[in-house]
Amino acid sequence: MTAANAAAANADPAANADPASAASAETVPAAAISLRDVSVAYGGRRVLRNVDLDVAAGERVALLGPNGAGKSTLLRVVAGLLVPDEGDVLLGGEPVGGLDRSAVARRLAVVPQQAVLPFATRVEEVVALGRLPHEDPFRGPRDGDRAAIAAAIERVGLTDLVGRDARELSLGERQLVLVGLAVAQAAPILALDEPTVHLDLRHRVEVMQLIRDLNERDGTTVLAVLHDLGLAAHFFSRLVVLDAGRIVADGPPAEVLAPARVQAVFGVDPAIVGLAAL
Amino acid sequence: MATRDQALAVPKVHAGRFEALRRRPVALAVLGLGLVAVSLVAGIAAGSVAVPPEDTIAILGRRLLGLDLPVTWTPAAETIVVDLRLPRVLTAMLVGIGLSVAGATFQGLLRNPLADPYVLGTASGAGLGAAIAVLIPVRIAIFDFGLLHAFAFVGALLAVGVVYRLSRVGGLAPLTSLLLTGYAVGSLLAAGLAMAMYLSGAGLRQIFGYLLGGFDAATWPSLVAAAPLVIGGFIVVLARARVLNGFLLGEEAAAHLGIDVPRQRLILLAAGSLVTAACVAVSGLIGFVGLVIPHVVRLLVGPNARAVLPLSAIYGAALLAAADLLARLVGEIPIGVVTAVVGAPFFLFLLRRTRTGYEL
Repeated sequence: MTAANAAAANADPAANADPASAASAETVPAAAISLRDVSVAYGGRRVLRNVDLDVAAGERVALLGPNGAGKSTLLRVVAGLLVPDEGDVLLGGEPVGGLDRSAVARRLAVVPQQAVLPFATRVEEVVALGRLPHEDPFRGPRDGDRAAIAAAIERVGLTDLVGRDARELSLGERQLVLVGLAVAQAAPILALDEPTVHLDLRHRVEVMQLIRDLNERDGTTVLAVLHDLGLAAHFFSRLVVLDAGRIVADGPPAEVLAPARVQAVFGVDPAIVGLAAL
Repeated sequence: MATRDQALAVPKVHAGRFEALRRRPVALAVLGLGLVAVSLVAGIAAGSVAVPPEDTIAILGRRLLGLDLPVTWTPAAETIVVDLRLPRVLTAMLVGIGLSVAGATFQGLLRNPLADPYVLGTASGAGLGAAIAVLIPVRIAIFDFGLLHAFAFVGALLAVGVVYRLSRVGGLAPLTSLLLTGYAVGSLLAAGLAMAMYLSGAGLRQIFGYLLGGFDAATWPSLVAAAPLVIGGFIVVLARARVLNGFLLGEEAAAHLGIDVPRQRLILLAAGSLVTAACVAVSGLIGFVGLVIPHVVRLLVGPNARAVLPLSAIYGAALLAAADLLARLVGEIPIGVVTAVVGAPFFLFLLRRTRTGYEL
């Protein structure tokens, strides 16, 4: 963390003092995300089965599971992009189906694995997209939006990348830019879909530290889909394991990543993935 | 706060030649409007009968703005300016606005730098419609807006409608499906057009003239018929600049940024198609403007649709008015030849400039 970042962090509450954050303080009750008996089927195949999940405001939760377990589907259900066949999804206490897209985007920011840009786009222009849910459709960004963009750039440590074409950056830098976009979105809940999957070790740790920091210092609720069990165990105190559409474990790493479960769910020897010590 | 502004305003790297312009879209707009004014006066003054620029400006001031200016010109000059050249230059500008805005819309919506206004089958649909109008032995004209224009308009819209309906069948992602369906339907319609031209006999020249595009048939009534569609579509798209910005990172990301993707996609498609159909109905097929102008603007000001859309409209208007003037001065060559001669080399330059792929 540089001095500039620390300064930005101190100034952050002012930058985030927009209607969304103010509203979130009042309307987000104990559970930021709440899934009740949610089931989803794609063409006859059940992808989520009777999922119950509560993520409290200010909590940091990692969602684990093998490929095809339904992790990304769960994120899409939470974001309201996929309507479950059964069950209820509440975002900040309200049914997500009853919120319009902008209202969802002011509550929940989603960081994708990667994104493709069709045109040369500068780092600050990508980060600025985070303000779209707050923008007036006709008047465009205002001073408050510009301040939030500048604050997000400093908060995530992108200052040195300002002016660069985002398409020319390394994968790790691009991932940080996407996190910067989500920070500019100033939503009380942050969801990430395998944010470290394409990154080298150093950038993995950097992104995870940033996520932990956003949670602990800024109070952002975090729900992250992760592949790397070791990173998840290190950076998260609550892990949720999804297998074949069901939640099979939910709790602290030592309990959730018990050798027998890792063997059963992921089909690997826990010693190989460095979890033996847990 | 000062340090934050500096962080945004003073990029440490890549401060290229165009840096000053990038942060001054308003200055670019003023420059563009100046070019529009110059090409308006030049386009009206020049031609087989030259009208001095000062007379041109005075006639325009008298007739359009109602200024009480002394008459120093012949009635014939006034007729040439007001009844012949003014509608022609204004039509060129209108079509320049329409094609550039439609091109920017389709490129942003389909997230494809190679998209142009004709990408979803509009061109072949309009061409086939025009050819059918030439082939059927009935001649009707309402307010100068002949059967050919009407059929071209309907053909363009029908083609997009068919592409949109067909693209919704099957399991492909909506955008990929739209592009591929547009290509397939376009090819089919082009085959129909080739067949119609083969069968057309004496009508071939008329069909060919339409396909090459141009403004020699422009009149006040056709301008008045097309203008509301083009300007209305432009306003609809401009009001959705925020949506087009959201599409930059893809449809899923746009949804996460608060955009109702299916609804906005349909509205933008409809507006872009209507604008394109109105343009091809009055002017035939004019290439490269809709492809190149939005790219030039993006090179100058970046991808923000709030700047790209109005600047594309302004520079599209100036370019087509200037290209039409050039085409007339060279001896009534088809304007499509002029835009291609200017546009193709530029586009090659652009392709060479584009780096490895489009990934973020």
